[in-house]
Amino acid sequence: MQKTSNAAELAAIAKRMRREIIEMITEAKSGHPGGSLSWAEIAVTLFFDVLRHDPSNPKWPQRDRFILSKGHCCPMLYAVMAECGYCPKDQLNTLRKLGSIYQGHPDVRFLPALEASTGSLGEGLSLALGMGLAARLNQIDSRAYVVLGDGEIQEGQIWEAAMFARKYELDNVCAILDYNGIQLDGFVRDIMDLEPIEDKWRSFGWHVIRVDGHNIPALQKAFAEAAATKDRPTILIAHTVKGKGVSFMENNPKFHGMAPTPEEAVKALQELA
Amino acid sequence: MPTRTKYELKLGMATREAFGKALVELGATNSDVVVLDADLSKSTYTAEFGKKYPDRFFECGIAEANMVAIGAGLASSGKIPFASSFSVFLLNKAFEQFRATAAFPKVNLKAVGTHSGISIGEDGPSQMSIEDISLACSLAGFTVMCPADEVAMMKLVKAAAAFHGPLFIRAGRAKAPVIYSPDQEFTIGKAITLIDGKDVTLIATGLLVAESIRAAETLDAEGISARVIDIHTIKPLDQETIGRAAQETGAIVVAEEHLMDSGLGVRVAQAVGATHPAPMEFVGIDNTYAESGPPDALLDKYGLRAVNVAEAARRALKRKR
Repeated sequence: MQKTSNAAELAAIAKRMRREIIEMITEAKSGHPGGSLSWAEIAVTLFFDVLRHDPSNPKWPQRDRFILSKGHCCPMLYAVMAECGYCPKDQLNTLRKLGSIYQGHPDVRFLPALEASTGSLGEGLSLALGMGLAARLNQIDSRAYVVLGDGEIQEGQIWEAAMFARKYELDNVCAILDYNGIQLDGFVRDIMDLEPIEDKWRSFGWHVIRVDGHNIPALQKAFAEAAATKDRPTILIAHTVKGKGVSFMENNPKFHGMAPTPEEAVKALQELA
Repeated sequence: MPTRTKYELKLGMATREAFGKALVELGATNSDVVVLDADLSKSTYTAEFGKKYPDRFFECGIAEANMVAIGAGLASSGKIPFASSFSVFLLNKAFEQFRATAAFPKVNLKAVGTHSGISIGEDGPSQMSIEDISLACSLAGFTVMCPADEVAMMKLVKAAAAFHGPLFIRAGRAKAPVIYSPDQEFTIGKAITLIDGKDVTLIATGLLVAESIRAAETLDAEGISARVIDIHTIKPLDQETIGRAAQETGAIVVAEEHLMDSGLGVRVAQAVGATHPAPMEFVGIDNTYAESGPPDALLDKYGLRAVNVAEAARRALKRKR
């Protein structure tokens, strides 16, 4: 894979990933397009710029770890991992089909290059902290990144983990909150409001960075600030748009968990051309 | 085959205390062993490990779900984590975390639940796990163990560290009678026949192993030859040893300090049914929660004594053709 820090190149990859997400989910006839599209820039910036990893050596002990805690948004993860060379691109359209390595939610049994099986919400932050602790015990300069859904942090375990991270000063862990404002049943502010979100994390002892989750240079700067922050974990509160890039999916709760029709897919792909 | 025929059954350490000792010994020889606890380390005996190896001990606070998933993360990075709490909090509160972060991805996490059964006594039923065997066995791919005494616990904790895969070990609060000599060998998944016999087989786990030995002595005085088998590994179950006992003795009693409709008994019944069907009787907790009281009085009241095992054996014998 070719790493790059060039924002225009990263943006072009993100656009290509968005097209693949639409194609995969349309072919599967089910899946979660909205929350997959919302973290495209986060995924691409991490995998093509920030993460220290080697797709030809997926179990390299010194690698940075990445966990998609909001596992239902795995089409984006599969697309970016395939783009990096971890897994075959020509099988992306087998998403959710019997025997596919691209399971409905990330499953290490089928795709061993994944760091964790996820899908039950609220657990990925704890897993990342465990990996951060192990890196510290092994005296390895490895970082753990975890992407959380906004609805997901309604789970109590997230706050158990937030306390733990502060206590053990896990500065090698960076969480990214994909704050797109929509969950399955509707808008997050109506289902169970998270505000004041930055105050909450700050009061738990975290370093908090607010960032536009679609602005690649801003994300790069935030990840650099996280890596430079010592003695405490960092969370990026990434403000994003659910369904970003496809006009009729943007901010539309309907596309949290529904595949586009073939006609909608054609329109979406035209917008992403 | 039986290693001894006479058992003194002197009171030894509680299995939880033996667990703590085994951890300290493991800590000295294996730097990958790490321990997590949820504010019960003085009761689970993980505190000793914490004192000796503070860098490898993680006090998680009263937050079992996070503790289990942190353990899974550590295991995914090559550590050998032992996560411990009272069984009732560990498995019941963090069951979903065991399923999703350990069982399903087959992560090398070790869970040790103490204060299992009703013999914890005065603290009462909110602290007693009478369903942990059932819960742990319902995690696909998990190995589930319930050592009967301090020797079994020490040896099986060490075997657990050397074994790759998720597992649960059940430990008790009360001091347990010593059954094994220190040189006894244990293999995960291999049952141990403590007393040979030809008329009936008493199959037990945990504290009920000693009660079954006592029951066998009572039965012997009545001219009934009872075989006694210790199932220290409940999953995978040693179907071969159980099937042979069913074939050779033709009557089976299963005894456990657990709900009798969802623990060892039903698993043994499955093994007997699949090999050599025989009449079976069960000793366990009968579809209820217990109460506060002295451990011995509770074991009497809820029917988990040698006298109950012997009575069940007589019933099974009557049903034998």
